[in-house]
Amino acid sequence: MNGLLQQDLNQETFILNLGPQHPATHGVLRVKLEMDGEYIVKAEPVLGYIHRMHEKMGENRTWVKFLPNCGRMDYLSALSYNHGYVAAVERAAGIEVPERAEYLRVITVELNRISSHLLWFGAFVLDLGGFTPLLYAFDDREQILDLLESVTGSRLTYCYFRFGGVYNDIDDSFITGTRELIKRLRKRMPMYDALVTKNIILIKRLKDIGPISKDMARRYGATGPVARGSGINFDVRKDESYSVYPEFDFDVPVYEEGDSMARYMVRMDEIEQSMRIIEQALDKLPEGEIKPKKAVKLVKPEKGDYYYAVEAARGSFGVRLVSDGTNTAYRLKLRSPTYSNLSLFDEASRGMLLPDALALMGSLDLVIPEIDR
Amino acid sequence: MLLARIKEALDSLYDDIQETQEAPEAAEIETVAAEAAVEEPAAAAEEQEESKPEEAEEPATPPGPKETDYQAKGYHLDVELDPDKVVTAVEILNRENFFIESITGVDWIDDQQLEAVYDFNHFDELCRVVIRTRTDRNNPAIPTISHIYQGANWHERETHDFFGIKFTGHPNLEPLLLPEDADFHPLLKDFKA
Repeated sequence: MNGLLQQDLNQETFILNLGPQHPATHGVLRVKLEMDGEYIVKAEPVLGYIHRMHEKMGENRTWVKFLPNCGRMDYLSALSYNHGYVAAVERAAGIEVPERAEYLRVITVELNRISSHLLWFGAFVLDLGGFTPLLYAFDDREQILDLLESVTGSRLTYCYFRFGGVYNDIDDSFITGTRELIKRLRKRMPMYDALVTKNIILIKRLKDIGPISKDMARRYGATGPVARGSGINFDVRKDESYSVYPEFDFDVPVYEEGDSMARYMVRMDEIEQSMRIIEQALDKLPEGEIKPKKAVKLVKPEKGDYYYAVEAARGSFGVRLVSDGTNTAYRLKLRSPTYSNLSLFDEASRGMLLPDALALMGSLDLVIPEIDR
Repeated sequence: MLLARIKEALDSLYDDIQETQEAPEAAEIETVAAEAAVEEPAAAAEEQEESKPEEAEEPATPPGPKETDYQAKGYHLDVELDPDKVVTAVEILNRENFFIESITGVDWIDDQQLEAVYDFNHFDELCRVVIRTRTDRNNPAIPTISHIYQGANWHERETHDFFGIKFTGHPNLEPLLLPEDADFHPLLKDFKA
């Protein structure tokens, strides 16, 4: 008898390819799904379609020359990556940063976080079939991009931070523009709340869908809004406070449910918290230098390995660098948050309906160039 | 609290190493390993003799988990282990509810060794633990921990992609970020594109 006849016909499954060109995967991610009808038996993400080997690039160029690479991994919250990298090298080489520069870093990173969450919000609702919120969200995000462009010089792949400071100081128009933006967003958020968050279709699509337990998040190393949506109160800005974050009063939104709705709520609440941080930073902004008087040209960290983590929009971004005392990294490991967050997709999506799994995938907030690096 | 507790738990993994160093009648392989361990610091000390002669006279630190200067290094506990003890160490961390940050490699081509570095952290109390182990560069093999931390599955595949370290017992050690037919390991120092 051949194998085909021996198969139990009731257990027949088929393979479905999701991506690498699919609107719901937001980039070149391919998921090999083993399906039993409409239900997922096994989901295997296939990565590497946009792998560029940033870690090798880190080994064959000087510390300074690697700076622009940081903006090309998570292109939606590039400044967090800038921050993680420069702070790691500053720790290794013992470079001091003026206080005003740290404030500017926090202000711009938080603006970037809001723009990233707004884009995720629009794209996520688009995944679920609601087109209009995307246009509203992009309208708001556009204002942030204009502000960031005026100070960093770029709209997306920022390279604003330098070892020991930042590249450019902010001016009055940036400060007034940022305050107006916050005023504007405070009016828009209740509208999003009424239009989208309280929408019965959205609630039905997200509530109790794609539960991720605390233990699952721990075993896979999920961080950021994914972990906080599972009741884990962990935010690098609070738990391993860096830069000038200890000086600000802000909350870490945590939701216990662990479903897609919880992850949605965490990000929506984080927009308000980021605005609070920016306001306080603008109020307290100290005068002074924004970079060392003498530009840091030659960076030679002492032999050894160093770790530095920051809270990017998608979770804990870590830089592990090994220095051999020269002006080039011996090894540069970039720990990207969505790599870990996506790795739990197989376990979390088992037994789910395909459209629900897409809601789960959207709630993970994937940025593929950051996963593939 | 957590740091002290985990340090003590991991310290027990070194009991047999200290015993073999004291006992002269230890098995042949272990004696060779001990000799190598004695030779290496001596060579390193010779190199440093001109710059820092006072350091060479200090006795070698006993094996065991080392507390590091967190402000300078960015992690709290540095644990260097033999490959066969990694699983036990990770089980200890798992019992204490640590979460896995990443696994990666470093190519120490001058020593003909590959190092695997495991980063762990804790959600409730900041405590970064680094576990590192070295394996022969020409035949790199380390037992998998993907049955304890499922997240390690991808990290180990990535480390296999980049360095060629074989994680024995791994359920699916196929290329992840590299093409499916990749037979090269780009982060090795002697890799030529």
